[in-house]
Amino acid sequence: MQNFEYLKPTTIEQAVAVLYREGEHAKALSGGTDLIVQLREGRRSAKYVLDVKKIPDLSQLTLNNDGSLIIGAATPCHQIYGNAAIAATFPGLMDSFTLIGGTAIQGRASVGGNLCTASPAGDSIPSLIAHRAVCVIAGTNGWREVPVEAFCTAPGRNCLQRGELLVSLRIPAQPAHSGGAYLRFIPRNEMDIAVASAGVTVTLDGNTITNARVAIGAVAPTPLLVNEASAALIGHSTSDTSAINACAVAAQAAAKPITDMRGTVEQRVHLVGVMVKRALAIAIERANR
Amino acid sequence: MSKKIQVSTTINGEPVEFLCESNQSLLEVLRDGLNMTGSKEGCNNGNCGACSVLMDGRLVNSCLVLGAECEDAKITTIEGIAPKEGLHPLQQKFLEHAALQCGICTPGFIVAAKALLDKNPHPTEHEVRYWLAGNLCRCTGYDKIIRAVLDTAGVSS
Repeated sequence: MQNFEYLKPTTIEQAVAVLYREGEHAKALSGGTDLIVQLREGRRSAKYVLDVKKIPDLSQLTLNNDGSLIIGAATPCHQIYGNAAIAATFPGLMDSFTLIGGTAIQGRASVGGNLCTASPAGDSIPSLIAHRAVCVIAGTNGWREVPVEAFCTAPGRNCLQRGELLVSLRIPAQPAHSGGAYLRFIPRNEMDIAVASAGVTVTLDGNTITNARVAIGAVAPTPLLVNEASAALIGHSTSDTSAINACAVAAQAAAKPITDMRGTVEQRVHLVGVMVKRALAIAIERANR
Repeated sequence: MSKKIQVSTTINGEPVEFLCESNQSLLEVLRDGLNMTGSKEGCNNGNCGACSVLMDGRLVNSCLVLGAECEDAKITTIEGIAPKEGLHPLQQKFLEHAALQCGICTPGFIVAAKALLDKNPHPTEHEVRYWLAGNLCRCTGYDKIIRAVLDTAGVSS
């Protein structure tokens, strides 16, 4: 592996100072399941690797009394889904966190890292968007917040500026009678990269959908929030198949996939509609519990 | 450029101090620095699970952990699985079920399966298959491995 200096900042200020001073030459390390591979294979380079797991704000995991959730950017997946109260409150997020890599990857991989890697197929991202998650970012000029749907800017690129560090994700409380779900299509049962995916949340009043968020993954340069798909559902009954079809068609229309080794444009457009419908059915079922 | 980093850790219950380069993985430290060659290097990118170890009780790929990250960590490797005499029940069942052929993946499977049974002593076949999805074997076709793990857990398959 290329040579670098390993640093272990214990405060946000220390980390941000190095990130600002060194710019592209400094990389934040949380679980390392992407970064270490990239450094080893020469796909990224670093003079300084900042292990940010000793910074308390990045390792926090708090389910607040009001039902909102704060996930430190370096908190590993297993710790999140291993928390029974959090798992019960946000089953749609757990759909994602339980299928990023295998067991050993989930022992290290963080949600913040999944987001910063900014893969078009990142499994946590459509769910976070559907759940209205917000990125809390520290920088040399203070703090700012960015909704997750605006965080990824291109494959492998995110909106962090020089000297900025993703500190945590803030997920608002889900209203009563809400449910969420994430589904992806892969050609095997586990340990693969999404060909197409969908994260959905809904809020119900009886059988009427009063609010919805539909996000799709692996079908565009970045995961996408599809407002047209969400709007197609609002005000309609959970059994209104024409509204559900309109939602899926809107998601398909927003998809701008490529053909690669995992799938063709046609297959991905078809699959993303299927994923949206199936995730929606699960989200509705959970909202009714 | 970088100077060696001194790391204090616990490996298989014994306090261990080692010196490593900042860019050395835990797997490299174990195999090349500490001469503990039970953990294997397969893919070296987190896909195959041959380097599986426990870090503070959690299953991890040691190729994706820097040695420098192990300060104060408790590491369990395949060398720490068997008792002083004889074999760990998982090792015995792997032999009985012929759940290995070339053996390169076996230490990783044993460590990963132990992590599962420590957490969930009576897993279903489904749970075993998902838990071990990050460990690859190109010899057995997996069925024998799954049966060995279920048999160790006293679950009939």
